[in-house]
Amino acid sequence: MGATNQVVTDGSLAFNRIGMVFPDGTEALRDISFTVDKGEFVTVVGPSGCGKSTLLKIASGLLEPTGGSVAVDRDHLGYVFQDATLLQWRTVRANVELFSELNDVPTAERRQLAREAIDLVGLKGFENHYPKSLSGGMKMRCSLARSLTLKPPVFLFDEPFGAVDEITREHLNSETQQLFQNEGFAGLFITHSISEAVFLSTKVLVMSARPGRIVAEFDIPFDYPRNPELRFDPDFAELSGRVSVELRGSHS
Amino acid sequence: MTTTDNQATEAPDPASTPGASRAAKASRAVLPPLGLGLALVGLWYYVSYIVLEDKRRFLLRPIHQVIKVGFMDADNRTEELQALWSSTRIALIGLSIAISIGFTLAIIMSQAKVVEKAIFPYMVTLQAIPILAVVPLISFWFGTGATSRIVVCVMISLFPIIVNTLFGLQSAEQGAHDLFTLHHASRMTRLRKLMFPAALPAIFAGLRISAGLSVIGAIVGDFFFGKGDAGIGQLLRRHASRLNGEELLASVILSSLLGVVVFGFFGWIQKRATGRWHDAISAEA
Repeated sequence: MGATNQVVTDGSLAFNRIGMVFPDGTEALRDISFTVDKGEFVTVVGPSGCGKSTLLKIASGLLEPTGGSVAVDRDHLGYVFQDATLLQWRTVRANVELFSELNDVPTAERRQLAREAIDLVGLKGFENHYPKSLSGGMKMRCSLARSLTLKPPVFLFDEPFGAVDEITREHLNSETQQLFQNEGFAGLFITHSISEAVFLSTKVLVMSARPGRIVAEFDIPFDYPRNPELRFDPDFAELSGRVSVELRGSHS
Repeated sequence: MTTTDNQATEAPDPASTPGASRAAKASRAVLPPLGLGLALVGLWYYVSYIVLEDKRRFLLRPIHQVIKVGFMDADNRTEELQALWSSTRIALIGLSIAISIGFTLAIIMSQAKVVEKAIFPYMVTLQAIPILAVVPLISFWFGTGATSRIVVCVMISLFPIIVNTLFGLQSAEQGAHDLFTLHHASRMTRLRKLMFPAALPAIFAGLRISAGLSVIGAIVGDFFFGKGDAGIGQLLRRHASRLNGEELLASVILSSLLGVVVFGFFGWIQKRATGRWHDAISAEA
């Protein structure tokens, strides 16, 4: 962790003029600044390859930015990847307990945290199943539960529902939205689905093609809890349309 | 060997219905290899009695003769079993040493790319040395007894363990590594909780190959180094030089049985260790 990064504990995430140039000369991100406060759910949409995932890697500390700084509490950072990245040889429970185990949480507490998280994502009854017998959606739920054991004040989502079918995706969207409401984390979500972005977020940011820059910002006014029919609301359609126009503009 | 197993048990069978009983399933698994076995026995008799005339029959003795002379005769049987035990011991000792060396090297190689690059060419070279070429050297250094037999056995069975273990240790996906990085896992924790379990299927695939090779290695070792108790390789050599067709075939049968048992044993352990979470098909290769 570079000296440029501050640790904050107020449950927010702040990017300050982040720039990222890879060793091969590719400029992935340029001058990215925004914050995600407690109670905010911010989604970044952008064309593939625009550096959206890179942004999360920088937030988590997996990558060091070549410019700027990040302020976040990394010890309790929720972070789910595009793949569920479950360990095949561990049951659902053991997978969910992994982070507690790596952080030397005592066994009883570990069990308790895992049980709560498994309940939250609706995997109760599957504790002893191995990943190979879970559907794509259930694997993703297990992955979410694993991060929930950290009681994360900030939660990063890297296109987590890209690989599941439409129906499952809508379910998972509703559940994510519920989790956001109940757990009250600051959420940063990456996707290239506009409807997913608008449905979930309090704010949508549009990122341009490489080098990634934030080119537009939309506040999403709908109240939580949002029900799935919101997607057919005219206001929702109008807002999605405006995001879409910006996104198309960002490709050129 | 595995391929035939797979075809026998896993080939989609048009006759298989959800309601098919266990017995029917079992018979479908057993009948094809059994049928082929019977056909081979028939071919054996055909060659023994019809292709070969009397005075050349020692080239392939009929099966019942082999069983009678090789296994039913008390003296021969004692000799065979003693040799079998001797070879088994050499194979097990050799395999244990190969496993220890193989794991150690693979783990060291998995920790740094530069170490892997440094060691790997020599592993390939070692693998490529024809045993025959180093037999004189081995007898120089280790004599003509058990030590040399073990050395040959280790040389023959080492390579698949190293290669498969290394491949397995490197098979954990990047995302899983990231999880461990994010939580500041130590090198040891990463090895123990991520790389090693991820490697198990590949490790067992390597173990099964090496287990079979260790038997071959032990018998090749017996063949060249006969001091001390004689292994199956020594028997093979002795019977061949005396044209004892029955005993020779009996030794061949015993040595392949030993190979099959060792191979099967590791398959069984593999199933116990990884069967619950891993689909075995990819590990069969």
